[in-house]
Amino acid sequence: MKRSVNILLSVDWLTIGVYLLLVFLGWLNIYAAVYDEQHPSVIDFSQRYGKQLVWVFAALVIALIVMLVDNRIYFFFSWFIYGGVVLLLVLVLIIGKEINGAKAWFEFGGVGLQPSEFAKFATALVVARYLHSPAINLTRPRDLMTAVALFMTPVMLIILQPDLGTAVVFISFFFVLFRAGMSPYILFSGLLMIILFLLTILFDDLFVAIGLVILAFIIVVLQSRKFLPPLTGLAVIAALVAGGWLTDRYLINIGGIEVAIIISLLIAGLGLSWFIFRYKLKWVMVIYLFLLGSIMYIYTVDYAFNNLLRPHQQTRINIILGIESDPLGKGYNLNQSLISIGSGGFSGKGYLQGTQTKFRFVPEQSTDFIFCTVGEEWGFIGSIAVIGIYLLLFFRLIVLAERQKSAFARIYGYSVFSILFFHFFINIGMTIGLVPVIGIPLPFLSYGGSSLWGFTILLFVFLRLDASRTEYLL
Amino acid sequence: MKDPFINRKYILVLMIMLASLMLLARLFYIQVIDDSYRASAESNVLRFVTHYPARGLIYDRNGRLLVSNKAAYDVMVIPGQTTVLDTVEFCELAGITVESFRDRIRVARRYSRMAPSVFLKQISAETFGVLQEKMYRFPGFYVQTRTLREYAKPVAAHILGYVGEVDDNIVHSNPYYKPGDYIGITGIEKSYEEQLRGRKGVNIYLVDVHGRIKGSFRDGENDTVAFAGSDIVSTIDIDLQEYGELLMKNKSGSIVAIEPSTGEVLALVSSPGYDPSLLVGRVRSDNFRQLEQDTLKPLFNRALMASYPPGSTFKPVVGLIALQEKVITAGTGFGCSPGYLFVGCHSHPSPLNLADAIMHSCNSYFCQAFRRTLENGVYSSVSEAYERWRKYLTDFGFGNRLNTDFTNELPGFIPQSTYYDRYYGAGRWRALTVISLGIGQGEIGTTPLQMASMTAAIANRGYFYTPHIVRSAGDTGETPTQFTGRHMTGIDSTNFIPVIEGMDLVVSGGPGATARHIGIPGVTICGKTGTAENPHGKDHSVFIAFAPKESPRIAIAVYVENAGFGSTMAAPIASLMMEKYLTGKIHNRWREENILGLNLIAVEEER
Ligand SMILES: [Zn+2]
Repeated sequence: MKRSVNILLSVDWLTIGVYLLLVFLGWLNIYAAVYDEQHPSVIDFSQRYGKQLVWVFAALVIALIVMLVDNRIYFFFSWFIYGGVVLLLVLVLIIGKEINGAKAWFEFGGVGLQPSEFAKFATALVVARYLHSPAINLTRPRDLMTAVALFMTPVMLIILQPDLGTAVVFISFFFVLFRAGMSPYILFSGLLMIILFLLTILFDDLFVAIGLVILAFIIVVLQSRKFLPPLTGLAVIAALVAGGWLTDRYLINIGGIEVAIIISLLIAGLGLSWFIFRYKLKWVMVIYLFLLGSIMYIYTVDYAFNNLLRPHQQTRINIILGIESDPLGKGYNLNQSLISIGSGGFSGKGYLQGTQTKFRFVPEQSTDFIFCTVGEEWGFIGSIAVIGIYLLLFFRLIVLAERQKSAFARIYGYSVFSILFFHFFINIGMTIGLVPVIGIPLPFLSYGGSSLWGFTILLFVFLRLDASRTEYLL
Repeated sequence: MKDPFINRKYILVLMIMLASLMLLARLFYIQVIDDSYRASAESNVLRFVTHYPARGLIYDRNGRLLVSNKAAYDVMVIPGQTTVLDTVEFCELAGITVESFRDRIRVARRYSRMAPSVFLKQISAETFGVLQEKMYRFPGFYVQTRTLREYAKPVAAHILGYVGEVDDNIVHSNPYYKPGDYIGITGIEKSYEEQLRGRKGVNIYLVDVHGRIKGSFRDGENDTVAFAGSDIVSTIDIDLQEYGELLMKNKSGSIVAIEPSTGEVLALVSSPGYDPSLLVGRVRSDNFRQLEQDTLKPLFNRALMASYPPGSTFKPVVGLIALQEKVITAGTGFGCSPGYLFVGCHSHPSPLNLADAIMHSCNSYFCQAFRRTLENGVYSSVSEAYERWRKYLTDFGFGNRLNTDFTNELPGFIPQSTYYDRYYGAGRWRALTVISLGIGQGEIGTTPLQMASMTAAIANRGYFYTPHIVRSAGDTGETPTQFTGRHMTGIDSTNFIPVIEGMDLVVSGGPGATARHIGIPGVTICGKTGTAENPHGKDHSVFIAFAPKESPRIAIAVYVENAGFGSTMAAPIASLMMEKYLTGKIHNRWREENILGLNLIAVEEER
């Protein structure tokens, strides 16, 4: 008995409190989202809020079981658990039930289970297990590749379903790798590539390229504190581009403004070389190479997207990016979402008083778009509160992760933080038009058994490891 | 051990702060600064009014209008906005009972309290006029204008298809469609749904508590414009189609006519058919149920979905493959005793060359040609030779879907060698085991569409185009590229000479020719009779043909169910169709009246 008393004392009750608060807020909002004056009963298992009560109860049982299991099990059986989940991901492609065009669900007597929700937890375990060894050095390409392969395997299987939203979540493991020693340039380049990819598809390449040139120029000016040479250079480039464009338009066809810009950039490179040589600024060269690389990347993405992808693949990506999310109009769902959140105003319309979330125009309002209800009924104040609760959870998770003695527990803790944070930012960001519409749930708040159970296991395994942090075992 | 990367936690903390700041700034902007989303106390509800664009029109190949639109009105309700109202008066105006009113409200409320649903479908123009005037007195109700299909002629139902309400599956899988929307369910309406439907538009209005529109939301910034659907030019000749349906009246079966030089389908008849206007509007569901329960299956498109053994109409292809494989020449003669081993034949001169064998439809000849094809010493085994034979057939378009723009085409069946391996054991079957394939009997199944396409390939002396029913869709006015590529059959054009000669003799030859009585003055018809075995009753009469011989303009396959031998029913129908298409008139009225007067369905029902 001594052991369980130990756990009761050493477990982090603050995190558990935050968890319970979020789950409770989630249920309140699911109730509001499907609320109907005709069915006011709280316990109505034909309605989503009734079902969510069952899911929550099951989640608490799962959390209890996770806490009762010996902490060493998670370490020693990590490969086993991972292998099992990968097997389930393969199996779901064969015998899974197709819902909304994705083979992502197993069905057991009316209850759907989504193995991809559990893949996050299993992958976090195995990544931590792999990285915990002091012999692993993430600056070595081989080790880095192995670590990346560990989370790309489930990603590939999830893409086959296809459920790109869930697959995208695994990008968050790069934060874990970064904390565990991966080169910051990889994180930076990765972020840059994602941002450029989105910008290229959303906007004209030319604007993106010009934006990048201006950005690079500003960095050079601010960093070098030399104003005259860069400004002169800019004037020359502008003159060249304008001259090229006029020539193309009125004299002889040289292939359009794009050609004029490429020629100008190459000439600018020569001027830059002189600038670098004259002031001995090596880092300017790095920025210039980054710039050239980025521009080449933009055009490659654009070419690949328009020429290599088949129309239905383009449509699929466009839908994910929200460009064709609803043929009723560009960003129709997003409009609905913005209207409901925006109409909440500073203090909200009051609980159960929202009018917009009850239009069933936003699909999945109780799952992916649950934040609409928060924004509309509780207003800006409520939004701050909910975001604040999440921030409390994230900071607490980092504190807990950093106090671990074992690298395994620390890395696992960072995985938990990264996955939850990624969901939080992408989900809320998409409801307010900050990021493209990617269908992933808001942790603990969104409706759904699989996602709630997946997040619960993810979090409580870490709390279990943390409770035993003083037993220096691993 | 000191963790060298411990300071990286600050970067992650910084990332959290930055991300949250972005979220909060954006939320602050849309919730506090930008008050256009904020609805005042008076006008606290937005109404989304959808504009349904007119569906595209459908024309025939000569520019004659086949399908157009007429206006219809739906009464919509938003249950959450209906306040106290005079139910009795409303019911009187709308022509419904009070019970029915309550039921409808309950159904709408179950779907959503705040989203509009259809309250009353397709009210008449008069009811619309009366209701529209009084509408302001019934908050929560409004009238939505839509269009219904209207057909110029009561024919071509299987080709055109019909439009109906979307079901739940579609609503869930495709965000474009909302409950109550219309979608093409079969035929051209389905295959070209995206071009025909255009794009819905939506206007967002601010509405006060009394349901009165207070103006556009954000000055219409979030509204979208509706785009009308594109018109479609079909490949069918509506006169020929109508004539084909007339000829097939009181018979079950099908006709497929193709223009060999393009693959355009000139007519596609499946009989019995139905009047397409039966499936429009409020009467649709009742009529649909009736058609569905009809034992003659008028909804079933026999031309694409009925698979029969091709019978003797297969002989030209069997001959062509034997020629191409060099196991026979045009002059090769095979005896007929009459018949060959256990396959019977009828009385005719013997031995015959290839052209005469087609003219007389000699079973013995094609069994022996087929046997030589399978026992060809070039191949190591019968099963390898069989797979080669099968490859020619798939190149002719058999055994697979042709990938036309019809939505419910069936592939037919050409067994693979493994099929016989399983049946008889690998290496245990020989040419004689499967000899009936040589005369188009046995396991093979082909659809009338595939037979017409095969005939077009013979008419073209070696290639065909994917049959299709739409010449141009959308704004380009061009034929989709998948229909403009030639499919080669792998048979040299010179090998077609004796086969086409034989098909000419079928109609123009002397005594013993199987379809002597169907000639048209001034046009050389090449054809082949056939009988599709029917285990359930009298055999089906089949005829394939193309004309004119030298520059073919029409290739046709005709199936008449339970009509016996090919020359009795199918051949004269094919002849009439070709004459109508090529000359525009019928010279032999007696032949036409004979066909029109026959009622095979009544005969079949008596039995
Ligand atoms: Zn014979």
